[in-house]
Amino acid sequence: MMRRLLSNDLPKSPWLSAALLLIVVVLAFAPFLFPGVKAMSVAAKILIFILLVASYDLLLGYTGIVSFAHTMFFGIGAYGVAIASIKLGESWMAVAVGLGAALMLSALLSLSIGLFSLRVRAIFFAMITLAVASAFQTLASQLSELTGGEDGLTFKNPTWLSPSFEPFEAEVFGLLIDGRALSYWLIYLVVAVMFLLLLRIVNSPFGRVLQAIRENDFRAEAIGYRTVAYRTLSNLLSSLFASIAGALLAIWLRYVGPDTTLSFEIMLDVLLIVVIGGMGTIYGALIGSVLFVLAQNYLQDLLSIASQSFAHTPVLADLVNPDRWLLWLGLLFVLSVYYFPSGVVGRLRHAHAMAKRKSQRQR
Amino acid sequence: MTSSDKPIGNERHGSQAVLPKAQFDLVPLFLLIGLTGSAWLAVGSHSSWLTLTVAGLTMGLIIFVIASGLTLVFGLMDVLNFGHGVFIALGAFVATSVMAFGAQTDLDGTVLLFISMTVAMAVAAALGFVFERLIIRPVYGLHLKQILITMGGMIIGEELIKLTWGPLQIPLPLPDALRGSWLIHDAAIEKYRVFASAVGLLVFAALLITLTRTKVGLLIRAGVQDRSMVEALGYRINRLFVGVFVLGSALAGLGGVLWGFYQQSVTAQMGSQVNVLIFIVIIIGGLGSILGCFVGALLVGLVANYAGFLEPKIALFSNIALMVAILLWRPQGLYPVSNR
Amino acid sequence: MNKPILRLSDVHTYIGAYHILHGVDFDMPEGEVTVLLGRNGAGKTTTLRSMMGLCPVSKGSIFFRDTAIEAMPTAEIARLGIAYVPESMGIFSDLTVEENMLLAARQASRVRDLDQERLSWIFSLFPALRKFWLFPAGKLSGGQKQMLAIARAIIEPRELILIDEPSKGLAPAMVNNLIKALLALKAQQTSLLLVEQNFHMACALGDHVAVMDDGRIVFRGAMADLAADEALQQRLLGLSLGVQG
Repeated sequence: MMRRLLSNDLPKSPWLSAALLLIVVVLAFAPFLFPGVKAMSVAAKILIFILLVASYDLLLGYTGIVSFAHTMFFGIGAYGVAIASIKLGESWMAVAVGLGAALMLSALLSLSIGLFSLRVRAIFFAMITLAVASAFQTLASQLSELTGGEDGLTFKNPTWLSPSFEPFEAEVFGLLIDGRALSYWLIYLVVAVMFLLLLRIVNSPFGRVLQAIRENDFRAEAIGYRTVAYRTLSNLLSSLFASIAGALLAIWLRYVGPDTTLSFEIMLDVLLIVVIGGMGTIYGALIGSVLFVLAQNYLQDLLSIASQSFAHTPVLADLVNPDRWLLWLGLLFVLSVYYFPSGVVGRLRHAHAMAKRKSQRQR
Repeated sequence: MTSSDKPIGNERHGSQAVLPKAQFDLVPLFLLIGLTGSAWLAVGSHSSWLTLTVAGLTMGLIIFVIASGLTLVFGLMDVLNFGHGVFIALGAFVATSVMAFGAQTDLDGTVLLFISMTVAMAVAAALGFVFERLIIRPVYGLHLKQILITMGGMIIGEELIKLTWGPLQIPLPLPDALRGSWLIHDAAIEKYRVFASAVGLLVFAALLITLTRTKVGLLIRAGVQDRSMVEALGYRINRLFVGVFVLGSALAGLGGVLWGFYQQSVTAQMGSQVNVLIFIVIIIGGLGSILGCFVGALLVGLVANYAGFLEPKIALFSNIALMVAILLWRPQGLYPVSNR
Repeated sequence: MNKPILRLSDVHTYIGAYHILHGVDFDMPEGEVTVLLGRNGAGKTTTLRSMMGLCPVSKGSIFFRDTAIEAMPTAEIARLGIAYVPESMGIFSDLTVEENMLLAARQASRVRDLDQERLSWIFSLFPALRKFWLFPAGKLSGGQKQMLAIARAIIEPRELILIDEPSKGLAPAMVNNLIKALLALKAQQTSLLLVEQNFHMACALGDHVAVMDDGRIVFRGAMADLAADEALQQRLLGLSLGVQG
């Protein structure tokens, strides 16, 4: 049954399976294990990034397209829910309407970009998505009546998801269950379902054609697959999943602003995660997001401890300044692209395959 | 034939008069003129139009200086350097250091400006050399990795800049001689803008002369079309590429100085902010074409300023709309390079 | 017999995953014209490209005189005195005829540095080049481009010239022109390796012949012998001189 659930795309490495299992379980029980505000935020952020990055892996890892517009769709999902909740009042219907509108807008945009640009070379496409995404970001800050401009929008969630909602009077396993915890589990559930759906998509015939196109689009076209159609569809799917992730973020933060979803930094984060985790694996998004978000939040603490001990050496102190954590991440990123082109997941799988081959030969 | 005895280098007439040289494609230039003309009608006031046009040309020329290296690098070696922006920021920051250092001496502000331009170019060139070696060379021909790695290079570069100069914005005031404006028919023309435009035009002229009248320029133009044939003719094109890359980085550094003085302040993000604009320019111009880059940059600069005045809300889209419009007309850019 | 100017031993070349050359053994004598014949897909172009370092050689060796060139970069190989005229001609379309020629002349940094005597000789072979001197090369006709491609290969003296299917797509009158030009070259003791499908041209020019099939050399010998033996022609090439004319 497990095989069918994972669409026959198994981890293929005992370490990886163990890590995945651990992550899935820990995240499921996070509200019980880490009830603090920061820890819960980290866990929720991990979940949302898993979906955001996995949908990007569909585009980059499986179809071989580099796009910088992914965060734009992320933002559309978030703003959709926020605007709807404000205009229509907080309710499940508002969330549904907001999400629906966001999905439609994302579909429209991704189709337009796709059809226009996918006929051109990859480099052009990357640059065009960069331009479009940055234009969208400026647009969001300029349409202040609708989007709240630079300040963003604060709104309320439907009742069941508001922090003040407490269905049970007594504590359950040491945790007072409130709307926040319920939001968390909603996010968990949606991300889990979407993740499995993505696995299903990339392991379907459609997914295989995407990979064929990634490897050699001339040949794929020659065999008879209309590569433009497949690429556009991949673009579309990826944008829809990103919008869903955006909606989840909005529900969690109950706030949306140009910096929470549309900033280029988030796009870079996604790129870093997908490369470090492992492109073209989907599981890479999972592992990568965990590593990245943990690093982002706790590495800085580590760095500040380190910088205190180096406080007296001039250059070294600056290098381990917690504000410079992006430098180390950048270095890690560049090194990953060179030496770990298949990312953490790829490495683990490769190591396992090697070990297996060795033991088979020895028999 | 009597003319067969004369050395061919000196001969330009005779049988050549029978066939005209190929027509130079003037249409994009007409586009430029048409744009300024219709803006003149739309803006109405002469003085505003003049100010806007000068501002647009200045911005365009500065962008040209920055983008010229990028388009040659891509045209010649099919390498897209997403990290080009880091040289811009580097140049600007170096200028702040030079100006600050120079403030302690008695040197005239304008002289310092020239010194800072030179030093910035040298530093950017040196960094460009290192960048090419470490980051670009291992990923020739692998577009996906190039995009990723050069982005990574940019992140690292920006952080290193923050490390060296601090993360805050640093002001870059103009020297006294270049402050203020000249008044022409009610229009205030800033002195610095004229200066920066002059530098930009000088760079354009130098590039054009090098490309059309020297053998190195010939090699670059040929290499942009068909790299392996140039190698088969016996030229080590890799060395040429390093040279072009270093030159492109130096020009980006120069552009950074010009840009920094234009804004009168400098931040580590200024590179990535201009990135989008540069890419639009080189796509519009045609990857590998200096003339295309020039016209494209001017178009972008002018459109940004005219749109900013006439309809500020659409100002950012104006660039994208321009790009879409031009690509629909000429999908390979204004001056496409053959054999691409 | 002279020492071979070019010697290939057991050369294997892959293009991607496709094994194109399956162990090519080939000697080319100096100062003479060798013709490489064979059907489409036999590996003739790949052989030339391997010689020029444009295709990586996975196994075997290529010696130019006493220098091993199978692993040399293309530019270095060219600098040894080898010129290459590819099937696609490799003309720089945006550059003028003059600029194309200047590029090919490594010793000249300006147009006036070009060897005028040699240039006159080239113009006598290919008058159209003089006529279109300042014209962008991309606007020339196919035949004229071919002339330019060969002119580029001879603007400076070279030891060995590799030419890939020069007569392809050319009118018969043009082909005769080409033959005249190449014979003039031959008279200058330049070694020529000619890949040709046009058997008439091959016979007119070739001293030696090698026939390729499936990535291997299946016949080596004197051109005259092959030209005289119709049965052999049929067997190797599926045609005979009488039919080709």
